[in-house]
Amino acid sequence: MIYILKKELNSFLNSLIAYVVIGVFLTGIGLLMWVFPETSVLNYGYADMSTLFSLGPYVLMFLIPAITMRSFSEEKKSGTMELLLTRPVTDSQIILGKYLADFLIVIFSLVPTLIYYYSIYQLGSPTGNIDTAGVIGSYIGLILLGATFTAIGIWASSLNENQIIAFIIAVFLCFIFYEGFSALAAMDIWGKSAYLIEQFGISYHYQAMSRGLIDSRNLIYFFSVISFMLMLTQLVLGSRKW
Amino acid sequence: MSIIVQDLSKVFGKQKAVDQISFQVRPGEILGFLGPNGAGKSTTMKMATGYLSPTSGNVEICGFDVMENSLEVRKHIGYLPEHNPLYLDLYVHEYLRFIGSLHGLRSIGLKSRVAEMIHLCGLTREQNKKIGALSKGYRQRIGLAQALIHDPPVLILDEPTTGLDPNQITEIRQLIKNVCQRKAVVFSTHIMQEVQALCHRVLIINQGKIVTDSTLKELQNNGQVQASGFEIELEFARTVNEQIFLTLKEIKDIIPLSGNKYLLKTIKNKQDERLTELRHLLFSLAAKHDLPLIGLRLVNSKSDPQSLEEIFRKLTVTNS
Repeated sequence: MIYILKKELNSFLNSLIAYVVIGVFLTGIGLLMWVFPETSVLNYGYADMSTLFSLGPYVLMFLIPAITMRSFSEEKKSGTMELLLTRPVTDSQIILGKYLADFLIVIFSLVPTLIYYYSIYQLGSPTGNIDTAGVIGSYIGLILLGATFTAIGIWASSLNENQIIAFIIAVFLCFIFYEGFSALAAMDIWGKSAYLIEQFGISYHYQAMSRGLIDSRNLIYFFSVISFMLMLTQLVLGSRKW
Repeated sequence: MSIIVQDLSKVFGKQKAVDQISFQVRPGEILGFLGPNGAGKSTTMKMATGYLSPTSGNVEICGFDVMENSLEVRKHIGYLPEHNPLYLDLYVHEYLRFIGSLHGLRSIGLKSRVAEMIHLCGLTREQNKKIGALSKGYRQRIGLAQALIHDPPVLILDEPTTGLDPNQITEIRQLIKNVCQRKAVVFSTHIMQEVQALCHRVLIINQGKIVTDSTLKELQNNGQVQASGFEIELEFARTVNEQIFLTLKEIKDIIPLSGNKYLLKTIKNKQDERLTELRHLLFSLAAKHDLPLIGLRLVNSKSDPQSLEEIFRKLTVTNS
C-alpha cells in the first residue's frame, strides 16, 4: 500500500496537477480571506476565520474531484489498471494507497492556511483574541470533510474511464452530501423526520464541529461515509471478475 | 508443469470468447500462442493472470489455482499486457522500482534488480528519462523489464513485438530468448516469423477453440507446410513468348517481369529432389524452342516463412 501511495505522490509531483490544485486553492481562499471586501476578515471587524471555514467546503468541492478524478479513470483508460491488478497486491491496498495519496495532497493544500490563523492571532485586539478551540475544531471538521470528498471522488473515478465524467459525478455527489440533505430537510413535507434527513448531510456534522465541539457522533458519521464510499469502490473494482 | 489450463471457457454476453481450451506448458518451454484478431488470445491470457475470471474451467500456475490463490499466482507470473500499458509520467528507474516493490522486492535487492533489468534490457542510456519521452521500442523493453523484474518462473507476454521496427524486433526476440531459458513462456503474436524464431511449440486458436497444438517441427512436417510451391526467376537474352512454359504440368503460372525476366510459379507439393529435375526440364524446353535462357534463380522455397503463414490461414480462415 505504501508503495502505491508513494507512486501516486510521485505522479502528482512529476505532473502539474498537485501544484495547480494547491496553488489555485490557496490563491482563491487567500483572495476571499484578505482581498475581496465582501468576505475579507479585515473588513469584518471580528478576529475569526469563519470565511475560510464557510467558503472552504465550496472550494474543496471543486478541487478535490479535480485531484481524484484521475486516480482510477486514467489507469483504466491507459490500461495500467490491468498492470496493477495483476501484481501481488490486493484491491483494498490499491484503493487505500490511492485514497491516502489524494488525501495527503488535500492536507498539503490546507497546511499553508495555518498562516492565516497566525496572522489573525497577531492582528486581534488584544493580540490572541481568537477562539482557538473553535479554529481547531473547524480544522478537524475541514480535514474530515476533505477526507469524505476524497472518498467520494475516488469512487466516482472508479466508475468510468472518462475523467470528466468522474469529475462531474464527484462534484455533484459532494454537493448533494454537503448541501443537498440539509436543503432537502428544509422542505416542508417531512414533519419529524426532517431532523433525521438533515443528519445524513455533511454540513450538519461539519457545522457542529466548527463550534469547537468534537463529538464522537460526528466523527462516526464522517468515518462511516468514508468507509462506505471506499467499500463501494472495492465493489466496483471487484466487478471485473463477475 | 508450470502452466495447466483445463477446459477454460469465457462467455461475454452471448459470445463465447474462449471455448473449452486446455493446454500445458513446461518450464523451459516457449509456447507461441497464435490466432487471428479476436480469436480469444488476450482473453485467455487475462484469465491466466487472474485479471478476468473464467466462466468455467480452471488455470493452475506453479501449482496454485488462479481463482483461489490469486495473490500467490500473481507472484509467480511476469505479465506484459497487450498494448504494453505504462505510467508515462514516471521516470524509467522510478517505474521499475515501483513495480519491483509491488512484487515485494526491498532496498538493496530492489536496487540491484532494477539496475540489472536496466542493463539487461538495454535501457542504460534512457534510465533517467520519463517514459513518455521514449520511443515505442524502448517502451516495449520497459514492459519486458517490468515483467521480468521479480524473476518469475512463468512469463505471459501478449504481443510483445507489435509495432516495432525490424531491428527492434530482433533485439526483443534475442532478449526473450536469453532470459527465458528456464522459464515457462506463453507468447502471443500474429507474426509467423516470430514463432519460427522463438517458439518450441505452437498453439493456434480460432474463435475460442484450439485448432492446433503441436511442436514447430510436427507442424512443418505434416505436409501442410509445403502448401506453397517454388518461385523461379528466369532471365532471357531477349523477349520471349513465355506461354510456352505453361505446357509443363509442374508450372502453375508465369508472370513477365521487367528486363526480359519472368517469374515462374510451380504447383504445390514440390519435393527437394524434384527441383533439379525441374531445372533440367526448363533448360531442355528452352533449348527445344531456341530460347536464349541465361539465368535461373530460385526466389523462394518451402522453408520460407510464408508456408507457416499459409498453415495459419488454412487453419483459421475456413470456418469463419
